Amino acid sequence: MSNIISIVVTIAASLIWGLLLGGISRTVTARIHGRMGPRVTQNFIDVWKLFRKKTSIHHGGMFWMAPMFRITGAICVLLMVPIVIGNSVTWNMSFAGDVFLLIYIMFFGCLGMALGAGNSGHPYAVIAVSRGLAQMSSYELSFSIAVVAIAVGLHTFRIEGIVAAQQAGISSWNIFRFPFASAGALLAFLPMQMAYPFGIVLAPQEIPIGPPTEYSSRFLSLMFSGRALFGVAKLVLFVSLLFGGASSWLSLFVKTFLLYMYPVVVSSVFPRFRTEQSIRFLWFVPTTLALVDLVRVML
Amino acid sequence: MYCNQRPEKPGNKIEVFEKITNMARANSLWVTAYGTGCGAIELRPLHTSRFDMERFGIAMRPTPRQADVLIISGYLATKTLKRVIRVYEQIQDPKYIVALGSCTINGGMYFDSYNTLNVLDKYLPVDVYVMGCMPRPEAIIDGFSLLMRKIKDGRAQGWKHYKENLDYYRENQKKIITDWDLPDYNW
Repeated sequence: MSNIISIVVTIAASLIWGLLLGGISRTVTARIHGRMGPRVTQNFIDVWKLFRKKTSIHHGGMFWMAPMFRITGAICVLLMVPIVIGNSVTWNMSFAGDVFLLIYIMFFGCLGMALGAGNSGHPYAVIAVSRGLAQMSSYELSFSIAVVAIAVGLHTFRIEGIVAAQQAGISSWNIFRFPFASAGALLAFLPMQMAYPFGIVLAPQEIPIGPPTEYSSRFLSLMFSGRALFGVAKLVLFVSLLFGGASSWLSLFVKTFLLYMYPVVVSSVFPRFRTEQSIRFLWFVPTTLALVDLVRVML
Repeated sequence: MYCNQRPEKPGNKIEVFEKITNMARANSLWVTAYGTGCGAIELRPLHTSRFDMERFGIAMRPTPRQADVLIISGYLATKTLKRVIRVYEQIQDPKYIVALGSCTINGGMYFDSYNTLNVLDKYLPVDVYVMGCMPRPEAIIDGFSLLMRKIKDGRAQGWKHYKENLDYYRENQKKIITDWDLPDYNW
């Protein structure tokens, strides 16, 4: 019973925090543009409005299931990452397996989304999906090499072990122990968040809105919620991998907030790459950086 | 994907629930990015830091699937009407129409043109008119604030009116669109 309560609390808190972060990022982006921007609660309003709109369009089974896939992937990652170290609410469900399963489940959500968008039959959605998968295979490479470098260096693939190895002060954080691998992982974080200059999937000027072109009403509401949950799951994973995990709720909020603001600020001031430029950059720069640390660790 | 049944009439909703939802609807208006006439040029400044319509929760969506508002921006040519009807019927309920400029009210400077509609309300249910030729961005924002008030009060019911009086609208539409090749009920 306590586990079920913990799961509900974790999901609800992550959803609220994810939507709030999205609202804050919209305001920050607007202030960088010199605008007032929407209220920070705007994403809650949008999600509620979309949820209450009529839904009368569907394009097949996969189209229905895609938002569920995305939410399921996000919830699975959230339940397996140690969110707050030692906290009975969030630590109980923490998964003692290896970090690669988490990366795989993160990929699973995106893949479901890709299949759903493909099922919608809209040409823009299909173009966006092919771009997204090409880009994903590029940044997953550098991110995976970075994770391998850290895991080899710490002699553990277990996410709990990686977090436990960083508890001896700030200097023991992986971002300082493995600076090149961390730089590679943080560069891979930008396309993961679909931030510019890697925003080729949504690309408003060419393929307006991309994969969710045909999604409306409740589907879109679920997708927004899934994206918020997924965002928090990714942030928690990165905080656990590179920034020593979170020892309290306050440190979790501060660390995830600062990490979330990094792609928002980068995104506001950069133009967008073309597809081949983005993929070329991801194959060379972050991958090379991650490889430097991997070789250093293995030697 | 077409539907060949008459649209269902909306059922009764729980009042308290509907009031909260109306607040959300009013503060999150997504506009279809579709300019039908010269008035679309006055919508661009609304994105800029000078006018910034995002502060009211108004955003542009590139697809009618995700939009709430359709702006008829100025004159509506007879050729464009078919596309506008198609776009309007793809928007999911509830949906609203804002009509800009004199042309949508009485034809404006095109009142005697052979290919421009004079009174838009006969063909599509308009919720808010914004007068002017062309209306300045301030006037458009004023029109949107009127629409927001109407939605909050539950008075923006053009979409319901359209469903209930579909035969009247279809008859008028078919008088203009002589090569009608759409199904009669296509949402």
